[in-house]
Amino acid sequence: MTSALGKDLLGLESLSSEQIRLILDTAEPFKEISERAIKKVPALRGSTIVNLFFENSTRTRISFEFAEKRLSADTVNVSASGSSVSKGETLVDTARNLEAMRIDMVVIRHGASGAAHFLAERIESNVINAGDGTHEHPTQGLLDLLTLRDRLGDLAGKKVCICGDVLHSRVARSNIWGLKHLGADVAVCGPRSLLPNAIEEFGVTVFDRIEQAIEWADALNILRLQTERMTAGYIPSSREYNRVFGVTRERLERAPRDVLILHPGPMNRGVEIDSDVADGPHSVILDQVTNGVAVRMAVLYLLAGGRPELAEAAKGGTR
Amino acid sequence: MADEIIELNDGTENLVIVGIQRRGVQLARRIVALIEESHGATVIEGSLDITLYRDDLQTVGPRPVVGPTDLPRGVDGRNVVIVDDVLYTGRTVRAALDELADFGRPARISLAVLIDRGGRELPIQPDVVGKEIQVEPADRVDVLVEELDGKTGVVVVPGAPIPAP
Repeated sequence: MTSALGKDLLGLESLSSEQIRLILDTAEPFKEISERAIKKVPALRGSTIVNLFFENSTRTRISFEFAEKRLSADTVNVSASGSSVSKGETLVDTARNLEAMRIDMVVIRHGASGAAHFLAERIESNVINAGDGTHEHPTQGLLDLLTLRDRLGDLAGKKVCICGDVLHSRVARSNIWGLKHLGADVAVCGPRSLLPNAIEEFGVTVFDRIEQAIEWADALNILRLQTERMTAGYIPSSREYNRVFGVTRERLERAPRDVLILHPGPMNRGVEIDSDVADGPHSVILDQVTNGVAVRMAVLYLLAGGRPELAEAAKGGTR
Repeated sequence: MADEIIELNDGTENLVIVGIQRRGVQLARRIVALIEESHGATVIEGSLDITLYRDDLQTVGPRPVVGPTDLPRGVDGRNVVIVDDVLYTGRTVRAALDELADFGRPARISLAVLIDRGGRELPIQPDVVGKEIQVEPADRVDVLVEELDGKTGVVVVPGAPIPAP
């Protein structure tokens, strides 16, 4: 069972620009389904999808669940606490047991980088990475691309700066790969302690001051300060972080052009982003959430079908 | 065909002409234009993309979703006319009926097609037909419309003959 995307969606690094465009173009008509009175189409009727979340998540899990339900798939949510994972079962055993119940797809969120790859190699079901450690979060990257494309048009040559805690951010990595595949100019901005070593090797520009980033960019993707992943003192305090790197209205007003504001959520208002900016006229933060459902529907739809051996038999009788 | 549609639906009141993506949409637009010209009435026009209602996702795989579904005033209590270019197995119309049901409860639904090439696999028949033609199962019937193809016409593309078993 291989689709135009292959068996799994593990990250944006390994996708081609054509594949990324296919997902974004497919997501376009899916937006309309969520505006209907009956928000449901039968495309994935009879498919069983397991949402396997080893880390907390509200937005991503609910977004996937809506996407699955609006395509008429049957879904089961498994979280680490309250399942046999808390009794010490390994990831592969959990997945194999689920697979023995004849499921079709697994959506996995895990704290370890590479967990989705590891699983995809060991089970036959389609695997969708919903965030693995600090590695990738491809559907978030795709919904950011869709939101940017909605507002800026073709992303080739557009300037996007990813601001803040790049070190701990899988969203940042998926964004960098995705944006570069579509030909955008990418920069990062944040305290050096929160930028990965050798970040330049990603082919991105580095700004040490948020003012420079704002002057340069068409859009800022502002990341959350992930204090829960910080094992040492990366920054003196969140107050000081806001003073030096916070995106504020005063700073944006000095920009030579309107700067689009994205944030993957959850926001720390008053830390990386001020409320004036988050709720301001150039914020597309809630559009990102809306687009998230459409992008995830597109990914599920594209991964779902396509058994070439049966296609022959069905030929001719499709009109 | 436009006249037959009006006769069938007792006038233009409550009429909604819905084209199936893609070439059904252009044909529906023509029918609406003809009715508006000859009867001076405004007719509601809609479009339907049935890709997500197909019954062959698991076998043929995902197809590009080609266009939006747009039913501007809903379908409740209206006389809906589904318009498509070629009627063959009936599976597209089956999918369109399912999709319409998700948008409401029309007073009646009828089917208008430009070409009926026979070969039905479902108990579905058209109410208004432009032309019936006889072709082999392997042949392809393409309707060309100015907006998408640069010219208007119907072309039968002969397929390879199916070897006798």
